[in-house]
Amino acid sequence: MAHAATPGGSGHHDPHRLGHGEVPVSERGPAPKRIVVAYGFWIFLLSDFIMFATFFAGYAVLVSASAGGPTPRELFDLKLVAWETGALLLSSFACGMAGVAMQARSARWFQLGMAATAILGTAFLAMELYEFTHLIGEGAGPGRSAFLSAFFALVGCHGLHVALGLVWLTTMMAQVWAKGFRDDIVRRTQCFMLFWHALDIIWVALFTVVYLLGAGA
Amino acid sequence: MSETTHGQKAPGDHVPEDDLAPGEERDTAAILRGVRGYLVGLVLATVLTAASFWAAGSGLIYGPGVPVALVALAVAQMGVHLVFFLHVTTGPDNTNNVLALAFGTLIVALVLVGTLWIMAHLDHNIMPMDELMNMQR
Repeated sequence: MAHAATPGGSGHHDPHRLGHGEVPVSERGPAPKRIVVAYGFWIFLLSDFIMFATFFAGYAVLVSASAGGPTPRELFDLKLVAWETGALLLSSFACGMAGVAMQARSARWFQLGMAATAILGTAFLAMELYEFTHLIGEGAGPGRSAFLSAFFALVGCHGLHVALGLVWLTTMMAQVWAKGFRDDIVRRTQCFMLFWHALDIIWVALFTVVYLLGAGA
Repeated sequence: MSETTHGQKAPGDHVPEDDLAPGEERDTAAILRGVRGYLVGLVLATVLTAASFWAAGSGLIYGPGVPVALVALAVAQMGVHLVFFLHVTTGPDNTNNVLALAFGTLIVALVLVGTLWIMAHLDHNIMPMDELMNMQR
């Protein structure tokens, strides 16, 4: 990348180089590939957020349509939700640690962090599946009422994302193990990490809107 | 965040350089900075989660205020995740990422508010099902 000489020597007083004697962004040529790739994936994540917003909107409209069946207040077990939240938050943190290890090019710590992420993510998914089978066993399956259809669609969609994320996670562990921190593999892993953190953001909205507002308010 | 990288950083991306010489290692200060950032994020997110569960269950907050408190805490926690885990910042190297995020947020808000607004009106104006049945006889 072109490093323009700064005539006024303003580089020191301008840590972010807000343009004094700097080559304008429009004239610096194409951005490096890692930035283009991550930015494209960022756009995908935002579109995924929009898709989740439609599920949330559907849930919010249908939450009171319980058709004489069980209501949110009767169904949800907040203790289980707290455990799920903890598992997913810690897995997001472990994923961040794996990211730091990747920047430091430490394969051992990377694999350790990713393994911890995978275990915590699996624990989250196991708890969610337990909750689903428990609800269906009680006769509160997705066919019982519009509220439960919306509930299973919204929470299940997030669970599906987590399951796909786990597949992606193990793929990246295998690729780093087999091929090392090659540039393209680092880019893929970085996209995976964005994905995993984004799932935790969705879960924050989920446990607030579905579980806490459902059980409390 | 005073790394003077040219161009912008991608979300979640905090590599100061593009390249390393063979056998070279990243400096430990960068590793410590990275770990510390995630630790701060973890602590903040844990506190906000605990506050959410407490606000929902304690009954100490004035009833109608509970949803407001919960939504505020959730928005705060999403901000914590964005800043400390996804590394979205207000720096000039993040302009594109933030603009895209702002647009995404706008669409999400339009979908949510629009749906709830319209459906609440429909729900208010629609004829109850039993009366509709009576009319059809």
